[in-house]
Amino acid sequence: MNSIRIQTEDFDVTAECDALASDRSDIGAVVTFTGCARGDDNLSALTIEHYPGMTEREIAKHISESETRWPILGVTIIHRIGRLAPGDRIVLVAVASGHRAAAFRAAEFLMDYLKTAAPFWKQEERCSGTSWVEAREHDARAAVRWRDEFNNC
Amino acid sequence: MKVLYFAWVRQKIGTGEEHLALPAGVTTIAELIGFLRMRGNGYAEAFENPGMLRAAVNQEHTLFDKNICDTDEIAFFPPVTGG
Repeated sequence: MNSIRIQTEDFDVTAECDALASDRSDIGAVVTFTGCARGDDNLSALTIEHYPGMTEREIAKHISESETRWPILGVTIIHRIGRLAPGDRIVLVAVASGHRAAAFRAAEFLMDYLKTAAPFWKQEERCSGTSWVEAREHDARAAVRWRDEFNNC
Repeated sequence: MKVLYFAWVRQKIGTGEEHLALPAGVTTIAELIGFLRMRGNGYAEAFENPGMLRAAVNQEHTLFDKNICDTDEIAFFPPVTGG
């Protein structure tokens, strides 16, 4: 069972892992990635907005693609929106599979596409004012390498 | 058609959503950008450098040469920065 949630509330990583693996015995690995708000350069807060509807579609599309590439048994993706403080959890990607390799690979793939395709935007607040975070070239390269890998198969 | 704006595009234009009739002579995203940037200060600023923008039609990422019609939901936004 896959779950995609966009929410203002925090999430409980342990509870999400338990939910992925509950009532089944075919899961041998659950890999999780948790992204947090880094308090670089005196960051006082982070505000995240998204495009409701398109966000869920983009994430679902990439979960479907990950399912065609690796034998995964369940995915939970949670992304928070609204105003967050340094240290707050922002995003969870949890992938369950029979074996660890598929779970690790799929989690990294999904995270790379969350960064470059899912329509979220971050605004940073500092004592000097607010500014929108700019997209990074290395995030785009991280996503493109999956495409290259796929095309080379 | 419904036109949505996000992040600094929304801030510059001053609204996140508006409904427009497809302007005469506009058939693509690029032509819609050309139309919108003529509408006034905030629009001119938001669409000053289209290379800094991304677009979606009906909630799918798209290039600016994409054809559009009056029933489409169109969105303009900066490159995404989630995760």
